[in-house]
Amino acid sequence: MTDLTRLTAAELADRLTSREVSSVEATRAHLDRIAAVEPALHSFLYVNGDEALATARDIDSRRAAGEQLHALAGVPIAIKDIVVTKGMPTTAGSKILEGWIPPYDATITTRIRAAGLPILGKTNMDEFAMGSSTEHSAFGNTHNPWDLDRIPGGSGGGSAAAVAAYEAPLAIGTDTGGSIRQPAAVTGTVGVKPTYGGVSRYGLIALASSLDQAGPVTRTVLDSALLHELIGGHDPRDSTSIDEPLPGLVAAARQGRSGDLTGLRVGVISELTGEGYQPGVRARFAESLEVLRGAGAEIVEVSCPNFKYALGAYYLILPSEASSNLAKFDGMRFGLRVEPSEGNVTAERVMGATRGAGFGDEVKRRIILGTYALSAGYYDAYYGSAQKVRTLIQRDFAAAFAQADVLVSPTAPTTAFKLGEKLDDPLAMYLNDVATIPANLAGIPGLSVPNGLSDDGLPVGFQVLAPAKADDRLYRVGAALEALLEAQWGGPILAKAPELEVAR
Amino acid sequence: MSTLSRDEVARVAALARIDLTPAELDRLAGELRVIVDAVASVSEVATPDVPATSHPLPLTNVFRADVPEPSLPVADVLAGAPASMDGKFLVPQILEED
Repeated sequence: MTDLTRLTAAELADRLTSREVSSVEATRAHLDRIAAVEPALHSFLYVNGDEALATARDIDSRRAAGEQLHALAGVPIAIKDIVVTKGMPTTAGSKILEGWIPPYDATITTRIRAAGLPILGKTNMDEFAMGSSTEHSAFGNTHNPWDLDRIPGGSGGGSAAAVAAYEAPLAIGTDTGGSIRQPAAVTGTVGVKPTYGGVSRYGLIALASSLDQAGPVTRTVLDSALLHELIGGHDPRDSTSIDEPLPGLVAAARQGRSGDLTGLRVGVISELTGEGYQPGVRARFAESLEVLRGAGAEIVEVSCPNFKYALGAYYLILPSEASSNLAKFDGMRFGLRVEPSEGNVTAERVMGATRGAGFGDEVKRRIILGTYALSAGYYDAYYGSAQKVRTLIQRDFAAAFAQADVLVSPTAPTTAFKLGEKLDDPLAMYLNDVATIPANLAGIPGLSVPNGLSDDGLPVGFQVLAPAKADDRLYRVGAALEALLEAQWGGPILAKAPELEVAR
Repeated sequence: MSTLSRDEVARVAALARIDLTPAELDRLAGELRVIVDAVASVSEVATPDVPATSHPLPLTNVFRADVPEPSLPVADVLAGAPASMDGKFLVPQILEED
C-alpha cells in the first residue's frame, strides 16, 4: 500500500473523495509519522491526536452518508502555535503563555474546522514569531529534516519542517518579514504570504499588526492554492480584511502546471541578487530565470533603490508595533504571573517581574528597541523615518510593477545555516530576511518555491512577488516553475532529501 | 542620532516593564547599540517631502450593525487567568502606597 504521508494534499483529497482511503487512515498515518520522527525534529509543540482522529471519524461517516464536503475535508493539517485554537494549548513559543488554553478559535481555525480538516497539532516557532531559525523558541529549536544540525528557518520552522518531513501535508504559517517564505526556502517546501488583508488576522497572536499575514505551508504550489482558498477571503472580525472575493488561486495553479508563460513579464530585482547571496543560490536563481524564459516569459531587470533601507525600516516598525502588541502580557488576565522576590507586590512590579521571567532574549531586545524608537525625542528620527521609507519602498514596487507582471529574487541569501551559528549575532540573523521583508512593508503577496540544491546539497528557494490582490499570479508562475523543474529533476525536490532515521 | 547607552537601555526597559538582571543589561545594551546604529540609516532618505505610511493598503473605517452579540462566557475567560475571584480577575494592588 502507498505510504499516505507521501501524497500531496491534492492527491490525498482525491483518494478521500473516491473513498479509496479514509480520513482515519490518513490521519493515523500522519500521527504515526509524527511519533516516529519527532524525537529527531521537534516540529510540534503539541500533538492533538485524539481530537484529530475524532474529526477524521466524523468526516468519514459524513462522507459515507453522502454529504457534500469541502475538497480538503479529511486532509490533516498542522497549525503554527501563534494561531489560537480553542481547547488546544497555544504558546506562540513563549514561556509567558506556557499552558494557556485559548477560550476561542481564530477565524483560520474556525474555517479549518468547518471544512473538516483534522488538526494534527501546533507547530514550533521562534517566540512570538521573532526570529529566522526557531532557535528563539522557549521550548527548544526545530531541526531541518535535510540536515538535523541545521536550522529549519523561522519563525515558522516547525510548520516547514513538519511538511518537509511528511508529518503533515498542509500547515499554517504566519509571515511578518519572511516567516513563511524563508523556512520554505531552507526546507525545500512551498510557502505563500498572501496580500495583506487577504487572510483574516482575527485570532493570530499579533506581532506587528501592519505586517502580519497568515498563509499556507505545503509541498506543492497547488496544495498552497487549495489551502489559501480555504483560509482566505473577507472576515468581518478583522477590520483590515479585504472585502472582495479572492482571485482564482487553484485555477491559476492548474493553469501554471501547463508550463506556458508566454507574454508574462518577469522583473528581476537588481538589489536582491549579487553580493551577499551564496554562489549556489545565485546559480540556481540564474538557471530558474532561463527556465522561465524558455516557458515564454520575458525577463526584464528592475531597480528598487530604496530596498537597501528596508531592513532598517522593518527593524524599527516591527519592534515598535510589537512593543505595543506585547504590552498585554502583563500577568493579569492570562499566562504567567511572577511576583517580585522582594518589596511591595504591586501590579506594576508584578508586570516587570513577569515579563523579565517570561520573555526570552530576542523578545526583550525587540520590545526595548521598539519602546526606544517610539519614545519622546526619538520618535521622528526612528519610527517616523521608517514610515517614510515604507512609502519609498511602495513607490519602488509601483514603478517595478509598471515594467513587470511579477518580480522575482532568491527567497533567502543562503541555504540553512548551522544551529547556533548566528544565535549570538542578532544583526546577522536579521539579514536572512533581506529579500522577504520588502513585500511585508508594501503589503504585497509573495511565494517561495524550491528551485534546486546549492553546492552544499541543501535546498534553495525562488521568490515570486505580485501586486496587491494579484495573488493568482504567484500561483501561475510558481506552478509553472515547479512543473518545469520537476520535469528536469524527475520528481519533487524532497525526493532528494535524506530519509530520516525513524524511531520504532 | 545618539548612541544608546547602558543607562538609556535601563530606562527604556523600565518603561517597557521588563525587569533585567545587571548581566542581561550589559549584554542587551551592547547588542542594541549595534542594531540601533544599523537601522539609523533610514534617516538618510526620510526627507520632509516624503509622506509617512502607517499601513500597507488604504484603510476605510469599518462598522457593523449596532446589535449586541454574545461574548465569551466569563468562566472560559477566567479559566486562563493567573488568579480570579467572584467572576473577576484578581490582580495585585494597583497603587504603590498602602
